[in-house]
Amino acid sequence: MSDVVEKTLTALPGLFDSQTGAAKITNRLRQLVKSITELTSKHEEENLIKQELCAMKEQVSSPNTSMKQMREIMVRAMYCEMLGYDASFTYIHAIKLAQQGGVLEKRVGYLAVSLFLNEGHELLLLLVNTVLKDLQSTNLIEACMALTVVAQVFPKDMIPAVLPLVEDKLSHPKEIIRRKAVLALYKFYLIAPNQVQHIHGKFRKALSDRDPGVMASSLHIYLQLIRESPDSYKDLTGSFVTILKQVLGGKLPVDFNYHSVPAPWLQIQLLRILSLLGKEDQSTSELMYEVLDESLRRAEMNHNITYAILYECVKAVYTIHPKVELLEKAARCIGNFVLSPKINLKYLGLKALTYVVQHDAKLALQHQMTIIECLDHSDFTIKRETLELLFRITNAQNVTVIVEKMLDFLRGCNDEHTIIHLVGKVSELAEKFAPDNSWFIQTMNCVFSIGGDLLQQDVPNNFLRLLAEGSESKEEDDQLRLYAVESYLTVLKGHTSHLPQCFLQVMSWVLGEYAHLQGSVDRREVIRLLTQLLDQRSVSSETRVWILSALTKIPEGQTDLILDLAERLASSQDTVLRQQAQELQHLSQDSQLHEWVLPRGAPWDAIEVDSSLSFLDGFVSEALAAGAAPYKPPHQRQEELCEDRALNLEPYSFSLPVSLSSCSITDRQSPTLLSVSSGLSGNSTELSQKAGSSTLILEGVKRVWGKDGYLPQKEATAPLVDEPSAAVQPPVQQEAAERTEPRPELSTRNQDKQQLASSLFVGLGVGSSVSLLGKSEAPPPRFRKKPRPHESSSSSGTSEKSSDSSCRSSHNTTDSFLYGSFLEEEPATSKSAFDHTPKSTTANGLSQNKDTKEDKHTNTSQIFGGDMVIVRPSTIQDKHPPSESSDLTALLPADLKDLPHSDVISLTSDPSLSLSSCRLFRDEALLLLIFISNCTETVIKDIAVQLTCEELKTASLRGNIVDCLEARSTSVCHYALLMDDPHTNVSFTGTVSYQTQPGHTNTLPFSGTLSTADFIRPLVLTTEEYGKLWLSLSHDVKQNLKLLTDAGDPLRTTLNALKDALQLHVVDIIGSEGIVACRLLSSAPCLLHCRVSGAALVMWLRSPHPALPDCILYHCQRALAHR
Amino acid sequence: MIKAILIFNNHGKPRMSKFYEHYTEDTEQQIIRETFHLVSKRDENVCNFLEGGLLIGGSENKLIYRHYATLYFVFCVDSSESELGILDLIQVFVETLDKCFENVCELDLIFHLDKVHNILAEMVMGGMVLETNMSEIITQVEAQGKMEKSEAGIAGAPARAVSAVKNMNLPEMPKNINIGDISIKVPNLPSFK
Repeated sequence: MSDVVEKTLTALPGLFDSQTGAAKITNRLRQLVKSITELTSKHEEENLIKQELCAMKEQVSSPNTSMKQMREIMVRAMYCEMLGYDASFTYIHAIKLAQQGGVLEKRVGYLAVSLFLNEGHELLLLLVNTVLKDLQSTNLIEACMALTVVAQVFPKDMIPAVLPLVEDKLSHPKEIIRRKAVLALYKFYLIAPNQVQHIHGKFRKALSDRDPGVMASSLHIYLQLIRESPDSYKDLTGSFVTILKQVLGGKLPVDFNYHSVPAPWLQIQLLRILSLLGKEDQSTSELMYEVLDESLRRAEMNHNITYAILYECVKAVYTIHPKVELLEKAARCIGNFVLSPKINLKYLGLKALTYVVQHDAKLALQHQMTIIECLDHSDFTIKRETLELLFRITNAQNVTVIVEKMLDFLRGCNDEHTIIHLVGKVSELAEKFAPDNSWFIQTMNCVFSIGGDLLQQDVPNNFLRLLAEGSESKEEDDQLRLYAVESYLTVLKGHTSHLPQCFLQVMSWVLGEYAHLQGSVDRREVIRLLTQLLDQRSVSSETRVWILSALTKIPEGQTDLILDLAERLASSQDTVLRQQAQELQHLSQDSQLHEWVLPRGAPWDAIEVDSSLSFLDGFVSEALAAGAAPYKPPHQRQEELCEDRALNLEPYSFSLPVSLSSCSITDRQSPTLLSVSSGLSGNSTELSQKAGSSTLILEGVKRVWGKDGYLPQKEATAPLVDEPSAAVQPPVQQEAAERTEPRPELSTRNQDKQQLASSLFVGLGVGSSVSLLGKSEAPPPRFRKKPRPHESSSSSGTSEKSSDSSCRSSHNTTDSFLYGSFLEEEPATSKSAFDHTPKSTTANGLSQNKDTKEDKHTNTSQIFGGDMVIVRPSTIQDKHPPSESSDLTALLPADLKDLPHSDVISLTSDPSLSLSSCRLFRDEALLLLIFISNCTETVIKDIAVQLTCEELKTASLRGNIVDCLEARSTSVCHYALLMDDPHTNVSFTGTVSYQTQPGHTNTLPFSGTLSTADFIRPLVLTTEEYGKLWLSLSHDVKQNLKLLTDAGDPLRTTLNALKDALQLHVVDIIGSEGIVACRLLSSAPCLLHCRVSGAALVMWLRSPHPALPDCILYHCQRALAHR
Repeated sequence: MIKAILIFNNHGKPRMSKFYEHYTEDTEQQIIRETFHLVSKRDENVCNFLEGGLLIGGSENKLIYRHYATLYFVFCVDSSESELGILDLIQVFVETLDKCFENVCELDLIFHLDKVHNILAEMVMGGMVLETNMSEIITQVEAQGKMEKSEAGIAGAPARAVSAVKNMNLPEMPKNINIGDISIKVPNLPSFK
């Protein structure tokens, strides 16, 4: 082998030399590569490359360097960068090459740019013009290169510049350009979804493109869109099914075949899309049964790629609404995978099983012997996947065996990530299914010693919380605690130097809290063991603090021993340690104080935490009065810094009226104003809602003192220091290891496996039907945590951030509204359409859709020589004609009649009831009225309406239960809804249950959607208030919108159009700029700044809520597009 | 989405690296090193998938690799990609390289780094699979190659040099594994520790 290498290398230079005449230029790269291969050490390589880079630097700056040479330098620079050396001086030249050169130079230039520069690099700005020019070029190759570079490196804020051109490319005659444009738009969607909202229609066009390649790339977009909101794309199911059918039927050109499988990657994409669409939706699933069946049948050939398709197919079958025949076939496929001798297929089989056991635990039983074999497989990946599978089938009966297997694996594993991942699972299982106390504590000991300081912080936290909070029965809790104390004392008596810090901390906390439960052990012994730890070098100072606070908690201990220790540590370098030592010293001398500060056995929940630190208000206002600078939250500081110095990189200049910014700055920096608001903070929650800028931010502040004094439990959540250290093996685990030791005889080994199988899969099979029942009902976790009321109330106080007076007022009104007092308000008009599709109609619409497509099949196929048929997804936007609206609006309650309202839309109906809805726009909430009409001639009884929507908050409801509805009459049910987090569209679902005859309950499901626009209300502000608020808001989005130019003043016309559609408040219009404000019910305000720039409207939105600007922008775009 | 595509040889020397997400220079080098470390210690008879772990952020990612003679081709992908699909995509990539370079070898990748990148750009764009159809990829690459030919001499020399090396009658490599239907016969360049 080495001979060959040598021969080759000696031959190389000769070969190169013989070619000298042909190309001098590539000489340098050749030489570079050659000399690198001759080197023997990393150090020599470094020197060589440094020399090379110096030479290149000289060359690029020389004016005599030709374009050709430049190109060669770029390739060399790429080579150096690939090896990890910095060649940043060539970046600018790469851009130059892309700008100035011919096509060949451009190609190298663009390639270098996409390799060297990342999305945040400032040099990218220099590229925008070049890209714009090339996008418009008639040369295909140039346009392709520009599209590639756009998709690779363009950041969010540069997208608006190229978006229109890329959009145009969707209708380019060449399919390669269309395909690249689709992918570039997909990339845009991923990084800035709001900016491409308006071209969703064009995606549909791409899906029905006559070139299958373009259609295939549009599937990327649809996979993403459908993953985000499957409900909005149900109407496309028929199209996807048709496409898949055609692919399976071999309608694609032969070019698309790969190992005689037609377009396998396309099939994979389609199957994934279908499984997302069919999930939990019977009617949609029914559309795809046939094609899935066909896919399963066709994928028989014995090639890798057919297995890839099969795997997706199986996953799809198990994801969608189940159908027995398909499930059987899929289960057989999984069997083939698992039993396959090919290791890759085995891996996928295990993955499929892991996925499937959630639905059908019995399937794991069939393959139990294979699973056992996989446990001992030599491949790490396979083993890991098998454990994952076992994790899914764990129940109370097999938990000990499975956890033991996992711990065995962990001991032989040295991959950090796997350890963290698996240790978390072990602790989860232990907490859920532990058979007894001793097992639980021993297992957790293993978790702590194996996981060590790699552990996620929540593992020790959960464990300690579990011990501290306990369950319902005090006796059981004490037993568990007692056992923990005993086991830790044993551990501490052994070798402790190799124990992880995290484990030591847990032990010291438990001993400090619960050592008193153990009557038989001398306090002195506990203290001795703990102090022993303090003497060890390997113990980190963080752990020392834990140990000290544990010692503090052990009462009436050996005062002399403790005092001695405290004195020693009181001179420590570490301030926290010193403080702790001081506390220890004082408390141990004064037993009364000790009793008061650290009450023995105080319930966990009884400790009150004043999270607003209101007791510090006096101190703060004094300090402010003395001239201290007020606290500013980090984002505000950042903003000010930016205002002060940073270069303005915004592509468009923007200026607020001068008066606004100046007045707000003086306001913000005035200490008197702040001290006033801070002085008001007696009621802490009120304060935090009132003024975000003046509240203290408590992140990262360790809380040691509360209203009642020192908080001993804080250690449970205190951050730990990570420090790797070796694992410990407690005695029980050694026994366990002995038990599973492999036996020499083959027969006994088989027997072992059988035995293992029976212990692993117990509780899964039909044989143990009792346990199966238990499993399906999910056995209650052994250790149940108590609810923690304090947590929620205290955190909401600090986390809520809103920053203006209007917000406060909206809160107040909301509150009063909650009590049902309906205030009168100034009506504002709204006319956004109610996009609503009842489920039953969707199904009908789809099947019709499919039929029409099949018709088209015959019409259009000859155009493409019978290859691929255009699939035209028809848009189903069925807006139901408001047939009964006139008579139903008459039913509006008198107090609501004057409010602006939408049309009445029919929701659903069955022979006895029909439901319609209407939206009323109140100032403080959206009122959703549901009209329940009795269509029969008989009385309907016990009508109950239930409405669910996760994204919305129901502020109040009225009339959702009707005892008795007369024949041909209508009852009205009110829902007052609020939206806390903005979503562009929210869908609600609900059911109406009723009785036509006594004892016979019918239910009628309904669903619909609401848009954010329904929840937007005008925010009335003065220009000054607007300016102040603008500066205090942190999340902003900028975008160009279409300007309506049909009337005299384009800005005014456009703003009025937006105002009509979205209920905005136009604060002021000054020249070519306008400011607009609105708020979302019931929380965040959003400010819009609009400026006319040429034929576009530059809109800049700011809000305290990160998602709100995107949302409002989307609705603005829609409102303008629909005019 | 594909996060990164790496090619390195049996000694861990990078031959091509392309990242579709931004990492710092140092992280990139670390990723290459660790990936090599993970992949190289795996036997030939284990599966071609590895959980990426801490490498490229998050447990959602995985490594899918193939070993051809002296080269490892590694794709780092997230959970939205099909494992077997990517495995065959690597095959398509290598077959395409083989067609474009007429019997590809490690030296081709070294001397024509830019061409390899251009071929890859026709298959994968910004982390998304653009084209899996080999003839289509080759058509695109050849369209670009035509321009090159008009400017003769640039690509000619090293290509000739390499093909001369290839034509030297080398004995069969011990590590010449036939996955699928192509094999890269590559003279092994020594590397340094």
